[in-house]
Amino acid sequence: MSLDSDAVRRIAHLARLAVDDREAEGFASALSDIFEFVETLEGADIAGVEPMAHPLDAEQRLRPDAVTETDQRDRFQQSAPSAEGGLYLVPRVIE
Amino acid sequence: MEWETVIGLEVHAQLNTVSKIFSGAATAYGAEPNRQACAVDLGLPGVLPVLNGAVVAKAVMLGLAIDARIAPRSVFARKNYFYPDLPKGYQISQYELPIVAQGHLDIELEDGTRKRIGITRAHLEEDAGKSLHEGLGAMTGIDLNRAGTPLVEIVSEPDLRSAKEAVAYMKKLHALVRYLGVCDGNMQEGSFRCDANVSVRPVGQEAFGTRAEIKNLNSFRFVERAINFEVERQIDLLEAGGQVAQETRLYDPDRDETRSMRSKEEANDYRYFPDPDLLPVVIHPEFIERLRTELPELPDAKRARFIDAYGLSDYDAGMLTGSRELADFFEAVAAGCDAPKLAANWVMGEFSAALNRSEVELRDSPVSAADLAQLLCRIEDQTLSGKLAKDVFEAMWAGEGDADAVIAARGLKQITDTGAIDAIIDAVISANPAQVEQYRSGKDKVFGFFVGQVMKQTQGKANPAQVNERLRARLLGD
Amino acid sequence: MKLETLTGWRRRLRAREISSRELTELYLGRIARLDAQLNSFITVTDELALAAADAADERLGRGEETPLLGLPVAQKDIFCTEGVRTSCGSRMLDPFVAPYDATVVARMKAAGAVMLGKTNMDEFAMGSSNETSFYGPVCNPWDPDRVPGGSSGGSAAAVAARLVPAATGTDTGGSIRQPAAFCGITGLKPTYGRVSRYGMIAFASSLDQGGPMAATAEDCALMLNAMAGFDPRDSTSVERRAEDFSADLERDLKGLRIGLPREFFGEGLDPEMRAAIETALAVLKDRGAILVDINLPNSGLSVPAYYVVAPAECSSNLARYDGVRFGHRCADPLDLQDLYTRSRAEGFGAEVKRRIMIGTYVLSAGYYDAYYLKAQKVRRLIADDFRRAFTEVDVIAGPTTPELPFRLGEKSADPVKMYLSDIYTIAVNLAGLPGLSMPAGTIGNLPVGLQLIGNYFDEARLLNVAHQFQQDTDWHARMPAAFV
Repeated sequence: MSLDSDAVRRIAHLARLAVDDREAEGFASALSDIFEFVETLEGADIAGVEPMAHPLDAEQRLRPDAVTETDQRDRFQQSAPSAEGGLYLVPRVIE
Repeated sequence: MEWETVIGLEVHAQLNTVSKIFSGAATAYGAEPNRQACAVDLGLPGVLPVLNGAVVAKAVMLGLAIDARIAPRSVFARKNYFYPDLPKGYQISQYELPIVAQGHLDIELEDGTRKRIGITRAHLEEDAGKSLHEGLGAMTGIDLNRAGTPLVEIVSEPDLRSAKEAVAYMKKLHALVRYLGVCDGNMQEGSFRCDANVSVRPVGQEAFGTRAEIKNLNSFRFVERAINFEVERQIDLLEAGGQVAQETRLYDPDRDETRSMRSKEEANDYRYFPDPDLLPVVIHPEFIERLRTELPELPDAKRARFIDAYGLSDYDAGMLTGSRELADFFEAVAAGCDAPKLAANWVMGEFSAALNRSEVELRDSPVSAADLAQLLCRIEDQTLSGKLAKDVFEAMWAGEGDADAVIAARGLKQITDTGAIDAIIDAVISANPAQVEQYRSGKDKVFGFFVGQVMKQTQGKANPAQVNERLRARLLGD
Repeated sequence: MKLETLTGWRRRLRAREISSRELTELYLGRIARLDAQLNSFITVTDELALAAADAADERLGRGEETPLLGLPVAQKDIFCTEGVRTSCGSRMLDPFVAPYDATVVARMKAAGAVMLGKTNMDEFAMGSSNETSFYGPVCNPWDPDRVPGGSSGGSAAAVAARLVPAATGTDTGGSIRQPAAFCGITGLKPTYGRVSRYGMIAFASSLDQGGPMAATAEDCALMLNAMAGFDPRDSTSVERRAEDFSADLERDLKGLRIGLPREFFGEGLDPEMRAAIETALAVLKDRGAILVDINLPNSGLSVPAYYVVAPAECSSNLARYDGVRFGHRCADPLDLQDLYTRSRAEGFGAEVKRRIMIGTYVLSAGYYDAYYLKAQKVRRLIADDFRRAFTEVDVIAGPTTPELPFRLGEKSADPVKMYLSDIYTIAVNLAGLPGLSMPAGTIGNLPVGLQLIGNYFDEARLLNVAHQFQQDTDWHARMPAAFV
C-alpha cells in the first residue's frame, strides 16, 4: 500500500505533528515502504486465532481504595513550561 | 406532521471512592488546583495505572441493581484524543468489553403506569480535569484534580420518548446509585451528570432521525429544558425543510437554548485499543455472590414493603422511598413512635416543608429522627394536640431542645384530666347564660363559641376531642 | 589497576582492597578521559556518585552486605532518576528532571549501587543503531565508524569500553541483546513482567522490559537480583517469590536440550556469522548439551507484526508529550493546536515521528482490523511456536543478529533495512520470553553475539548456560584496544 502526502497530513493531524510539504513527501515515501513491508502479514493463516494483547495470561490486580499520594504540586510544576497559581497554562481554549 | 421524540441518556456517575481509579491520590472535592493530582494523574513519563478494587465492586453492585449481566472478563481500552484537560492524550475507558451490560430500570409515567427502560451498558472510565477560563487573560488554566476520578457511564437504550420520561429515568437512577451508596449524587459538584442523545421522527416511522448529543447536563431541570428546546429546534428545522446535523451541542441555561460545540466538531477518530498497561478485569462468581448479599434493599422493594408493613398508600410509599435517606429517616421515626401513618404524614408534611423552607439537606436537619419520634409519641399519648405539636416542632427546629424540653419550658402539656376540663367548662357555661340559651334553642353554631372559650381558658392545652365531648354533654345534660 | 568484572569488584570491595570512592573515581576518570570517543553518556553525575560512594563505604565499614553495595553502575536514560535529567534521548525531554525514581533505580539504590550517570540511547528507545538520539550517535568501541546497536547503545558501548562495570538497558524488540552482541558484552532481557516498568519511560508497554548489561553472565545475575521483583505500582508486574539468579550458575549442562531454529540459520544470515555461531554451539555441545533442530514457522512474521503492535502502543504512549505539563514547548504558540503540533514536531526526531504516524494509522478507523488486530493474532501464532518448541527443548539458541555491526549512516536512510537488523530478537518480545545475548566470537575485530532464549521465567537457566560457556571461552573478557 502506498500513502500520499495528503494521507500523511491527515495522520499527522490526528497525531498532532506539524509537517510541512517537504516533510510530508518524505514521510509518504518512508511510510509507504514500511506498510509494503508490513503487508507480508497478509500471508498469515490467522483463521480462528485469538488476538494476543499481553504476553502473559494474567488478570488485573486490584488495589485497596486508600489515599497513598501526598501533594507534590510544587515539585511537579517545576517541570511545567508554564504554570500560574497552581494551574498549568495553555493558550485560551474556546468552547 | 406529528413528531415523536427519541431520547437516550448517557449518565456519568462519579463513584464515591476515597482514592482515584488508577492512582492513590485523593478524590475529595474542592481542593486547591492540582494539589490532588499525583504523578499518575498528571501522566508524567514512566508512570503506570493500577486499578482501584472498590471501583470494580461498586460497578458490580450497580449492575446487580439494574438486573444486568456482569462481564466475567472486561477490558480497559484507551480512547485517544488531544485535549489539555486529558493529561495522557488518552482516556482509559472500556470499549468492546464493558463490565456491565444489558440491564434495565423501570420508571413511573405521569399517568401512573410503569415503563421499562433498557440499559445497554455501564462501563468504567476515568474523569478528565477541568479547564478554567476566567481571569487568566489569553490563557486557559488546567486543573487536574478531577483527572482520574472514577466514573461509571451508564448508557440507556433510546427508549425514552419525552423530556419528562428522561427526567423520571435520571431521577430513578440518581436514587438508585445513592441507595447503593456508590455515588454521592451531588449534581452541583458534577458527581452525577448526563449527556442526552435527542432525535425526532415522524410518528409511525421506524428509522431513527439524526441525533444531536447535548453534553454535560448537571440538573434535572436542565435535562428537561435542554431536551424540550432541542426537540423544538429539530422539529422547526425539519418542518422548514432543513436537516438535523449529527453534532455535539451545549445547553446554555442562561439563554435556555442549545448551541453547537464547534471545538468538538472535528471528525473524531479515537483509535480505541486495549490498554497494554492494564490486564483484563476478571470477576469471579463468588465475588458477585458476595456483593449480592451485601446489596441494600432497593427502591422498588422498599416501596412494596412500606405498603405492606406500614399500611401506607402507594403514593406515600413512593414519596418516602424516593431517596434512601428519606426512607431511612421515616423508618427510624416510625419505629421510635410506633405510629407509621402518623410518621409518614409528619415526614412528608411538616418535616419536609421545614427542610424546603430552610433549604437544608436531610442529613443536616436540626431535628433528628429520634427527636421527631419523641414528638409524635407526645401526640400519641395525648400530651400534645396536633396543633400544639406543630408549635413544638417549630421550637425544636429553632433549636429550643427536644419535644419534652419544649413542652416543659413552655408549659404546653395538654390537659386531659376530665375533672379539670369539667371545672373549666362549668365556669364557661355559668359565665355565658345567654349563649347557653341560644344553643339549647337549637343554634348549633354557638357550640364553636364554647369550644373557643374553653381553649382560651386553657391556653389551648385542653385536649380538643375531650373538650368537645364533655362540653356537649354538659350543655345538653343540664 | 586491573579492570575487574562487577563480581570481581564486589569481592575486592568486601575484602577492603579498594574503597567504593576509589572505584568510583577510577570509572569517573575513565569516562572523563575516554567517553569523548564514544558519546555513551548523556549525563554524568559525578557529585552524586561520589556522595553515594562515600555512603557505601560507610556501610561497607559497618559490615553491611547489600547485593550491589559500593558498585558503580550506569542507568539507561529511559529510567526516571529523581533530581537528575531524564531525557530518553529526546529533545522533548531535554528539560525534564524527573521528580521520582523508577522502581528499578530505587531498587538498585537500595541494593547499594553507585550511579555514575545516564547512558545514551535511541530516542524513546526507537532504533537499532543509537543514531536517533537527540544527543548524537554513539560509536562502537571496537570500531568508531560502526554503530554500537540500539536502542541501549550507550549502555552497551560504556560497558564494552569498561567505562562502567555494568549498566541497565531496556529491550522492546532487541534493544538489550542487539547492542550487547554488537559491543561484545552480555545482556539479558528478562521475561515480561519480571522487572518493574514503573518509571521506565514507555515505548511499547506490552513489549518493554528492563534488564542488565555487563561483561559476564555472572554479573548480569548479580544485577538482575537487584533489578527484578514484584512492584505493586505496575499492573503487569508478576507476583513471584524472589529468586537468586546466581544460584544455578555452576550447574553442568549435561543432557541440556538446546533447540536450533532452522529459520534463524537460513538465508539472510551472514555465512561468517553462521560459522562463528556453530563454533560457539560446539562449545556447549562439549559441555554435554544436546543440539536439536527445531522450527519456529511463524518467526518470519515477527518483524512486520512488531511494526504494527509497537508503533500502535507508542503512538498512544507518546501522546502525553504535548508541551503542557512538562517537556519541550515551542516558542510563542499561536493557539492550542499550534502549541501541540509545533511542540511535538520540534521535540520528536524523524524516526519517532514515523512510528507515531504508523501507529496512528494502524489504529485509525477502517484500518484497525486489517493491521492491529491481525498483528495481535500473528503475535499469538508466534508465541504458540515457542510454546511448542519448549515442549521439546530447554533452551533455544541462535545468532543474536544476522550480521556484524554496520557502519554509522549505513541504514539510517532505509527504515525497513534497519528494522530487519532485529529479525532474530523481536519474536522473543512478542512472546514475552527471556532472551540473552553473549559474546561468542569475533570476525575481524568485530564481536559476534549468540542468543539464548528461555521459557517463561527461566532466566536462571539462560544465565547458567552463558556462565558455563564463559568458563570455556574468553570472548567476554576481551576489551577493545582503544580502551585498555
